[in-house]
Amino acid sequence: MYWNKKAETLKPRELIKLQGKRLRQVTKYVYRNSGFYKKKFRELGLKPDDIRGVEDLGKLPFTRKSDLRDNYPYGLFCTGLENIVRVHASSGTTGKPTVVGYTGNDIGLWTEVMARSIMATGSTRKDVLHVAYGYGLFTGGLGLHYGGERVGCTVIPASGGNTARQLLLMQDLGSTVLACTPSYAVYLAEYAEREDVDPREDLRLRVGIFGAEPWSEPMRRRVEDALDLKAYDIYGLSEIVGPGVAQECEEQCGAHIWSDHFLPEVIDPETGEQLGEGEEGELVLTTLTKEGIPLLRYRTGDRTILEYDKCACGRTHPRMIKVRGRTDDMLIIRGVNVFPSQIEHVLLKIPEVGSHYILVVEKRGPLDVLTVRVEVTQDSISDRVRDLMKLEERIKSSISHALGVNVSVELVEPFTLERSRGKAVRLADLRNEGGKKKK
Amino acid sequence: MIKQLSVFLENEPGRLVKVTRILEDAGIDIRALTVAETADFGILRLIVNDPGKAHRILKENSVAVALDSVLGVEVEDKPGGLRAIAEILAEGEVNIEYVYAFVTRSHEKAFVVLRVDDRERAVKVLGSSSIRLVGQDEVSNI
Repeated sequence: MYWNKKAETLKPRELIKLQGKRLRQVTKYVYRNSGFYKKKFRELGLKPDDIRGVEDLGKLPFTRKSDLRDNYPYGLFCTGLENIVRVHASSGTTGKPTVVGYTGNDIGLWTEVMARSIMATGSTRKDVLHVAYGYGLFTGGLGLHYGGERVGCTVIPASGGNTARQLLLMQDLGSTVLACTPSYAVYLAEYAEREDVDPREDLRLRVGIFGAEPWSEPMRRRVEDALDLKAYDIYGLSEIVGPGVAQECEEQCGAHIWSDHFLPEVIDPETGEQLGEGEEGELVLTTLTKEGIPLLRYRTGDRTILEYDKCACGRTHPRMIKVRGRTDDMLIIRGVNVFPSQIEHVLLKIPEVGSHYILVVEKRGPLDVLTVRVEVTQDSISDRVRDLMKLEERIKSSISHALGVNVSVELVEPFTLERSRGKAVRLADLRNEGGKKKK
Repeated sequence: MIKQLSVFLENEPGRLVKVTRILEDAGIDIRALTVAETADFGILRLIVNDPGKAHRILKENSVAVALDSVLGVEVEDKPGGLRAIAEILAEGEVNIEYVYAFVTRSHEKAFVVLRVDDRERAVKVLGSSSIRLVGQDEVSNI
């Protein structure tokens, strides 16, 4: 199902041509309208005319999250506030929020890519779209909302929180598409089970559009099974536009980056060098059509692999293979690089453990110790301590086989780890806090 | 055969309070209990008057709990009572994994709860002795 078949299935050669044209335009636009980029160009001895096509992308300077923060709030805007119709801000897990602004055209382009994204999951105007992303400064809620309305879905702007009411609404209004973070989807499923709501009988969900945090394949299978739907990954970040930068299609083989608007590349995060197809590195995005706050070569911090071969769905836009985690989420445990999502991948394949876990990193003497705290399920309980110790052992050895790092495992009671209603917090790094034990 | 609840408890203050309060509020009477613990967690094993109800209530309150059957036998509440059972099982080559016991108010007897590696065999060897097996009804009606 396409929203904009022409744009979504553009022949690769034409796509590159279009990207080149738009890259030239945006380069000139930021040079003319942004003191920040003008200065950067001068420092590099770069002229807008040096950029002739996508092959020159690597000549452009990077933009980092810190640039947005240093120029807080409006410093990177390329147009006056009289042309800005909306502002969003990302919470910023560290420090000040990042503020982004949209012109009317930006809202239009965002709505366009969201409409493409929603239809890529096989959802249409006949669907009832339940948006449980937060509405407000966070881009999740309004992004899905505008896209859903454009497609013609019946949009339920449920926003976050009040799970009892969310469940009631989904039952009574017959929601068929659920949009939220994957961790909230897991929470909803657990909540439904406790309230004796059977998704197979009482809910009509068939599609889940889940994003705003990395999630693994085993997590996908669990959510699909628990809510009886097909789960699709949506990718985005407010600096670029919000959700709808990339979206998985019905083939479920990586999210198509809408590259006529957002030009992707993968780089080595250490050296900044561009990497080839199939190589894993940091995703870097250039907005080709934005007016409010266009960004050149924005370092997303997300690690991925890009694949350019044609997808069975017919779309020609490159696919990003599931985000493995953020470069700044990477833990180094006794010299081994560990991504929390890799641990999730191993953990959730073990049926006796619940879907909630927290990773705690502590310093014990000179050593970093990684503890995986995971909830037991009703089915994993036995009257014998031995059985549970065996389960702990199994988790430990599965992780150590897959990741090459030893971890400790602590089983905890069901529903005792904190549930997130928005983005999940799965990591407690206590290495700089004197190693005190934290729940 | 008597019913035993096994409850997963983290090794933290307040965990036992939570579980016992749920049972108290549901009017469940605890007949016997024992805790097996490791560094991080414990298994609380409970014999109660109404195991079905207790199991349901605990589950509804999101407590991780399992309901199993264990052997219950009656012994004389006097020195050597437990030894007699242990001896019969040992002779029958049945291994005891854990055992606990409780005395009752109205009885001259004590009840012993046994988890063994081979329950069928245990029932057989105890059955052919003078030891009397106890059912859940008797425990419920103490």
